[in-house]
Amino acid sequence: MEKLLRVNMSDLEVRSEELPDEYSLLGGRAMTSTIVAAEVPPTAHALSERNKLVFAPGILTGTTAPSSGRLSVGAKSPLTGTIKESNAGGISAQKLASLGIRALVVEGQPAEKGFYVLVVSAEGAKLEPAGALAGLGCYELNTRLWEKYGTGAGIMCIGPAGEAGMPNAGVSTNDRENHPGRYAGRGGLGAVMGSKGLKAIVLVCDKTFEAPVADKESFKEAQKLLSKAILEHPVTAQALPAFGTAVLINILNEAGGLPTNNFSSGRFDDAAKTGGEAMAELCKTRGGKGKMGHGCHPGCIIRCSNIIPDEKGEVACAPLEYESSWALGANCGIGVLDTIARLNYLCNDVGLDTIETGVTIGVLMEAGLLPFGDGDGAIALLDKEVRNATPLGRIVGAGAEVTGRVFGVVRVPTVKGQGMPAYDPRAVKGIGVTYATSTMGADHTAGYSVTSNILKVGGFVDPLKAEGQVDLARNLQIATAFVDASGLCLFTAFPLLDIDYALPAVADMYAARLGRPYTVADAIEAGKEVLRKERKFNEAAGFTKAHDRLPDFMKYEKLAPHDVVFDVTDEELDSVYNF
Amino acid sequence: MIRISIRLFATLQRYLRPPAPGEGTALEVPEGTTVDGLLRTLGVPLEQVKIVMVNGIHAEMEYVLREADRVGVFPPVAGG
Ligand code: SF4
Repeated sequence: MEKLLRVNMSDLEVRSEELPDEYSLLGGRAMTSTIVAAEVPPTAHALSERNKLVFAPGILTGTTAPSSGRLSVGAKSPLTGTIKESNAGGISAQKLASLGIRALVVEGQPAEKGFYVLVVSAEGAKLEPAGALAGLGCYELNTRLWEKYGTGAGIMCIGPAGEAGMPNAGVSTNDRENHPGRYAGRGGLGAVMGSKGLKAIVLVCDKTFEAPVADKESFKEAQKLLSKAILEHPVTAQALPAFGTAVLINILNEAGGLPTNNFSSGRFDDAAKTGGEAMAELCKTRGGKGKMGHGCHPGCIIRCSNIIPDEKGEVACAPLEYESSWALGANCGIGVLDTIARLNYLCNDVGLDTIETGVTIGVLMEAGLLPFGDGDGAIALLDKEVRNATPLGRIVGAGAEVTGRVFGVVRVPTVKGQGMPAYDPRAVKGIGVTYATSTMGADHTAGYSVTSNILKVGGFVDPLKAEGQVDLARNLQIATAFVDASGLCLFTAFPLLDIDYALPAVADMYAARLGRPYTVADAIEAGKEVLRKERKFNEAAGFTKAHDRLPDFMKYEKLAPHDVVFDVTDEELDSVYNF
Repeated sequence: MIRISIRLFATLQRYLRPPAPGEGTALEVPEGTTVDGLLRTLGVPLEQVKIVMVNGIHAEMEYVLREADRVGVFPPVAGG
């Protein structure tokens, strides 16, 4: 019997409930957003006892479906004030699913400030005082937790930034090597976890593929088809394992859409030094523990992840992804891979989202607090100021929008308080529509229009023109909401978009897993339903169409090299949610 | 003859080692040369080419090169 685990931090008790019938088809983002919408008052303060933090594996997570081990973490966001789902890889989601836990809901708040560790196993769940573990960075924390609870345990935890309640704090999850680098980074969910007095959740469970499947035979058939599609598509079969996601650095740079020096240009002179090709080269020449083609969880057959080696071949950082390499690189004018890897390591250790951190440092550089390209200055900001929660560190930890306001900066690339990822919406207009209208604030994963705008996957829509972008962003947001509920990695979307038998295979897996009919039409409707719920929550929290806009400067400040502004009209943006 | 610069990325790098990472290779080609013709001359297997950009704008294989064009060529790539 699948269940829902409620962890009440007010009375420090854990209760197990049977999964309610109406939740039986929900997983991942559909589960987290449904519970948050149903149980959290939209106007609640995100760090108050009235907020809830929900962890949910996808419907296919913990099965043998390829690349299906993704985790959704949801709550009301202290960064954006909206509902939030942040998605992560790592080994924890499969353990949750294998333990029969469809959702783990953390609620309430301890009366006295203090930190706890939640330990979950097949025998049950208990809260233990965190003791000396409180205050630790995630690397040391993970090492000690494996020493105490056994090698291989799943760990979802926060660093000092989360403990301090910083709106840019993420929730870390570990990979098979116990690197804490698989983050549910976006939207400050680490601060919500900190506000609940929860330092870490430890999953003691050596099972990976034990989620219940009603019809194993049909499941296998459908699973084979999806695997075939993934291994047939050149992106998932070749490009991602060989060069990782950072293969995008060069193509966005060529396209003039790689935000550089706080979104003041679309091209970065040192871009190539920070891209996937350069990372692959580094792994080859330095050897040691360096590796491309690393999987963030067992059963991923795409393996886009990597381990970046330092000069001695030891682990500098794992993984270094496109968004992080850009945020801490081009956006800050930093073109040295070792420096970027160090900054990413520090984000992982202190417990910060890499994207928001890079965007925030970019804004600080714009403000003149430190010059563009100042890697050492950026390192000191994270390692000294943020780690120790100094007043300046708290400003950085509050994200780009707050930082811009504190320092009087106009060019602040945020939507709904969240920093923009690695695509300038003036040169990649489809992603601009997603940034503006997503229920999550500026989020590329919510509707990845870069596929058709730049990569020519799922057709081609000219990135420099306004035409066609709204339809593109709408359809992708709907499809993504479903994928985020399934537990499949979003990168399966490349074959799902291009290969016609792939999506029906996913629907068939749903049917076989749940033991009831499930069609592609059901999947699309499920995606729409997630968006409607999220949107309704945001409206009740005070968001209007005036919030579905890009920052003003993008309407008049021309972006080099194409000298373009964002010119999708407000009326068009308002038509995204017409379903 | 006209002068252009070209960059090959990801798995296509092997057909033209750049002078330094990300730096374009300067080439002289006869007037009227198309992207297709240029790639054939360089020995790039055309079936591996997915995206061509000229001066940062997606271009077709039939595009006729002009003086000072910056050409970028990619196999299928993605990320996010
Ligand atoms: S493709 Fe990459 S991010 Fe997705 S599940 Fe595999 S390793 Fe993780």
